[in-house]
Amino acid sequence: MIKDSEKELEKKFQEKIDRGESIEPKDWMPERYRKQLIRMMGQHAHSEIVGMLPEGNWITRAPSLKRKAVLLAKVQDEAGHGLYIYSGTETLGISRDEMNSELLSGKAKYSSIFNYPTLSWADMGAIGWLVDGAAIINQTALAKCSYGPYARAMVRICKEENFHHKQGYEILATLMKGTEEQREMAQDAVNRFWWPSMMMFGPSDKNSPNSEELMRWKVKRFSNDELRQRFVDRTVPQAENIGIKIPDPALKWNEETRHYDFGEINWEEFYNVISGKGICNKERLQARNEAHDKGAWVREAALAYAKKQASQEFAA
Amino acid sequence: MKNTSEHLFEYCLRLGDTPLILGQRLAEWCGHGPILEEDIAMTNISLDCIGQARAFLTYAGEIEGKDRTEDDLAYFRNEREFRNLLITEQPNEDFAQTMLRQFLISAFHKHFYSELMRSADKTLSALAEKSLKEVNYHFRHSSEWLKRFGNGTEESRTRLMNAMDNLWRYTGDMFDMDETDKHLVECKIAADLDKIKTLWNKSVEEVFSEAGIDMPKDVFMMSGSRKGKHTEHLGHILAEMQSLARSFPGASW
Amino acid sequence: MNNEWPLWEVFTQKKSGLPFEHAGSLHAPDKEMALQNARDVYSRRNEATCIWVVETKNIVSSTPEDVGSFFEPSNDKIYRHPNFYKTPGAAFE
Repeated sequence: MIKDSEKELEKKFQEKIDRGESIEPKDWMPERYRKQLIRMMGQHAHSEIVGMLPEGNWITRAPSLKRKAVLLAKVQDEAGHGLYIYSGTETLGISRDEMNSELLSGKAKYSSIFNYPTLSWADMGAIGWLVDGAAIINQTALAKCSYGPYARAMVRICKEENFHHKQGYEILATLMKGTEEQREMAQDAVNRFWWPSMMMFGPSDKNSPNSEELMRWKVKRFSNDELRQRFVDRTVPQAENIGIKIPDPALKWNEETRHYDFGEINWEEFYNVISGKGICNKERLQARNEAHDKGAWVREAALAYAKKQASQEFAA
Repeated sequence: MKNTSEHLFEYCLRLGDTPLILGQRLAEWCGHGPILEEDIAMTNISLDCIGQARAFLTYAGEIEGKDRTEDDLAYFRNEREFRNLLITEQPNEDFAQTMLRQFLISAFHKHFYSELMRSADKTLSALAEKSLKEVNYHFRHSSEWLKRFGNGTEESRTRLMNAMDNLWRYTGDMFDMDETDKHLVECKIAADLDKIKTLWNKSVEEVFSEAGIDMPKDVFMMSGSRKGKHTEHLGHILAEMQSLARSFPGASW
Repeated sequence: MNNEWPLWEVFTQKKSGLPFEHAGSLHAPDKEMALQNARDVYSRRNEATCIWVVETKNIVSSTPEDVGSFFEPSNDKIYRHPNFYKTPGAAFE
């Protein structure tokens, strides 16, 4: 059998994707496809893990036992989701350890939203409703992405994440029905989290360097701006429903396009937070590093025990 | 002299406060565990504990008959009114201390709930049955870790022994019987802690021997949880846990 | 030195009688911990009544190169499928 040339392989690869078939770990894939997926999936997994911290900040202070249990379960799910995506990425030939050290050293990126602080209980509502709302839109699109393990992880995650979104909305709805102070708390949280949530969809299409290639490979199925629009259209009526104001004076229903028009994102802030100038960048990485360092002896002890057991079994 | 229902209220507070404070402590780990898989495992245990606390505190409120909910009881009582076992409020410190604490309590709960399942009080017996399934897993999980600490590395063993030094003196508190216990044992409602102690000792000894460590001897035992006499740690746990709820009395969440 | 816990594959059975399905993977130091971690990670919502774990390195998989010789020869054996047969008037379902 004559081996296909690189070019021939790449053509077959693209045809497979165009037919809507999935790429599986052992299939041939262009090196760049592998690299891009490792980058994207790694960032996604890191975001889940770092994303545990801002909400984890309120678990011990949750104002009722029911809310405590719900929040704890939600943050736990995020650990699970990080784990699913890391596992998916490992099929591309990178270990979780390698990915983790990239996170800990500050080399790998994660979603900037988690570099904003959680200052009140209402932030748990805003994060669930807006941040998870945005995440679900992104992830629903990714559930149809061409790489099988990533798509499968997304299917599982989307199924689990629905409750995250709803519990956040319920927190805000309850606050909006509460005292004046509670309503202010809710509005303040939305004021702070609205724009960072809008930024979660990434730079606008004209400034998105990787988009064209990722769309051709069906890793991304929709552009950043398309998904952002979808988020706005879905979220605005939900806000109105509970009397929350979206902090965007330019926000207006457009009869012609049948979509909401909205104001310009502060891209300077976006790039600042990405480049490490967010209020919590340092703390988040520090917390991850500490957990990793303090856990080192635990991981070693378990491994040492496993080795001893295995050699005993072998001897017996 | 308290009547049976007053004793029962007191008893339910103990049953609720113990998993509540333990669950709160475990929740502090969330997002900071030694590895992702274990972060998830500890959260599962914490969630079980909070679930148990809610059920027992709700029942305590019903018995009391003053319309206090689980949240009224959890968020609006002070240190001296809390009845959790002293060992539950001890700090997480490192993973060895957290797991040893878990093991010692789970070994207790495993036998305690088995016994409580036979309670003449149908609610307690049903709650015990549900909780038993959960703590059996907690026991298994924490036992496995003890074996790994004891037989793993020099460091893990040292850490386990340090934790033992911190925690063992609070194990006596689990078995103290006061007039509430005695009265309710007579009514066949409560578990006889003398009986549990023998079973607990046996379970602990078995796992310790697999972990290659000895049962500590001649340790002076602390007590006080029955009377709400706590270590200083509880005040800080409550200050954190109750701060938001107390800033907005009467608010719904 | 590689200090990473080995990778395991997790299979769960939703209800007795149903086949086992691949649920995902995880890291664990040994088989007992793999089983416990699998329970904690992949059965948080009652998804399983039984769990299998196997260390990933022990899985044997066919490769994309095998596709032709392994699977395509069965394409033309349509007589293995029940709808190949005509059964005039009789009820078989």
